[in-house]
Amino acid sequence: MPDATPSLELARAGHPSDLTLDARGLAYRALNEQLDAVVTAGATAVRLVNVHGQRYIGTNLQRRVRIDIEGVPGNDLGAFMDGPEIHVHGDAQDGCGNTMNSGLLAIHGSAGDIVGHSMRGGSVFVRDDVGYRVGIHMKAYEDVRPTVVIGGTAQHFLGEYMAGGVLLVLGRRLPTGATHPARYVGTGMHGGVIYLRGVPNQAFLGREVGLAPLTDADRALISDLVAQYNALFGLQVQADDPFTKLIPQSKRPYGQIYAY
Amino acid sequence: MAWAASENRYADDRVHDACGLFGFIDTSGRAHPGAIAVEALCSMRERGNGLGSGYAAYGIYPEHAERYCFHVMCKGRHARQELDEYLRRHFAVVHDEPIPTRETLGILDPPLLWRYFVVPLTAQMGGRSEADYVVHHVMRINTTLEGAFVVSSGKDMGIFKGVGHPDQIAEFYRIEEYEGYLWSAHNRFPTNTPGWWGGAHPFGLLDWSVVHNGEISSYGINRRYAEMHGYACTMRTDTEVFTYAVDLLMRRHELPAELAAAVFASPLWNELEQEPPKRRALLTALRQTYGSLLMNGPFTIIVARQGELMGLSDRIRLRPLVAATQGNVLYVSSELASIHLVASGLQHVWMPEGGEPVIGRLGQAPRIPARMLQEEPIHA
Repeated sequence: MPDATPSLELARAGHPSDLTLDARGLAYRALNEQLDAVVTAGATAVRLVNVHGQRYIGTNLQRRVRIDIEGVPGNDLGAFMDGPEIHVHGDAQDGCGNTMNSGLLAIHGSAGDIVGHSMRGGSVFVRDDVGYRVGIHMKAYEDVRPTVVIGGTAQHFLGEYMAGGVLLVLGRRLPTGATHPARYVGTGMHGGVIYLRGVPNQAFLGREVGLAPLTDADRALISDLVAQYNALFGLQVQADDPFTKLIPQSKRPYGQIYAY
Repeated sequence: MAWAASENRYADDRVHDACGLFGFIDTSGRAHPGAIAVEALCSMRERGNGLGSGYAAYGIYPEHAERYCFHVMCKGRHARQELDEYLRRHFAVVHDEPIPTRETLGILDPPLLWRYFVVPLTAQMGGRSEADYVVHHVMRINTTLEGAFVVSSGKDMGIFKGVGHPDQIAEFYRIEEYEGYLWSAHNRFPTNTPGWWGGAHPFGLLDWSVVHNGEISSYGINRRYAEMHGYACTMRTDTEVFTYAVDLLMRRHELPAELAAAVFASPLWNELEQEPPKRRALLTALRQTYGSLLMNGPFTIIVARQGELMGLSDRIRLRPLVAATQGNVLYVSSELASIHLVASGLQHVWMPEGGEPVIGRLGQAPRIPARMLQEEPIHA
């Protein structure tokens, strides 16, 4: 963990905390090294422009820093991230928040497959739609609970093998009470919770999940996350529409297969 | 297959990841420089490991548009001489020349590369169609002439591929000197098979080109089925069989791309039961007839021929595929950033579902999935 002291000294010396890095033509390793250098030197806000597919942005930055990305960041954005706040002003690719520990990813657009893959903590907010297997293998430990909020709709296998945490899908362009297009939601799920505004695709629901009634605590959580979503993206999604809660039916759905 | 083995001098212990695919068709037929495909593919450098890359281009030989163009690889002078004699025995060679290349840092021991513009000898065709005659001889060459391979054999198109990173292969083959209305490109990360010149993508037969990311678990049964129909698998990789399956279904059996996609990535049985009766009957018939060409396992492919390009991923999309349109141009890629890099002001961007083909055809405006047109615009 880098020492925090230099940043204070730099701040006192009038070091510019808001700076811009041009990613054009940079390989991912060079870009991430530059980012690491300026954050270690004390920058508290960095703008990355002309990003074009560079991977692993924000990985291993254990600092409180805000990163704004213009362009399309590459796969595994914020992988293993521990603390930063990243805003993508457009679409993102696959693997956003892979095994993320803490911090915030806000995608002001759509994201690809496996958002929140194996995520352990922190929050991911996606304004629009996401691809396949979002929330795959998310996990939670005691009061550390990762959260993924999707403003639009998800493609299939949402919450696959999910072991913990919260997935909330708002389907904001679906009519109130509509059925979500995602098939096989919660396949292999054995922990955590999925909330959908509207209802899941019952003909193709994952075998390992069941519907559960919403409690007051669920409603409070949904209301809080929707408020955060609206604040991040300047939208007015209503939290008082009917929501569906999906939880696993067993903590060990494959116990009979793998256990001797 | 001593050649394939001897080319694998590169370490087999490299990290296995995933291949990178990129392709586009300008449905108005306007030609675009190869630099576009190169720039897009190079932005996905991490998807490959230097063990293979290649480009397919269409509309690049207008001066010989009516002749079959054979791009060939030969391991040495002897193999090339044998191949040369073979081709002249069975075809009228209108023109032949070395494929222009330049010395490129990191490109090791390239084979001899030649292109022939040929016309089948009618007297020898024996009732076969021209295309069947070409296929027959491509298979004969690839199975019987030691050290010689036909890389592509279509009209007004060609495949340029080898062992190297996308930028190296592009520099080596001088890709920037070609202009085509349709390009597909591949950055290879070989997983189960050796990296060697013939095993790089795209794979070609007639004017087909196929690039592939993934692995075909059903390879054995697919290969047997292709062999029953006269195709010989000689390239030591699963993608090759896809090329022959495409030729069988879409050329010989005249299935449109939409139905070929339903064969390769058939809906799961429980999904099939939910289809309306007529469509269910059609999909069931396809599954029953062509069950042996179901491509099981994770894959995304881009298939192209003159005038048509299709992107397709497996039925549960275990490999990525992104599509976008800008005017008359339809793009498909493994990664969205690569499309944004070469095209500004994209009109539609979408992630096709598993088994949902993305098809672009010459003379038809790119088609957008109906579900996207029903929705209000994202940025309203």
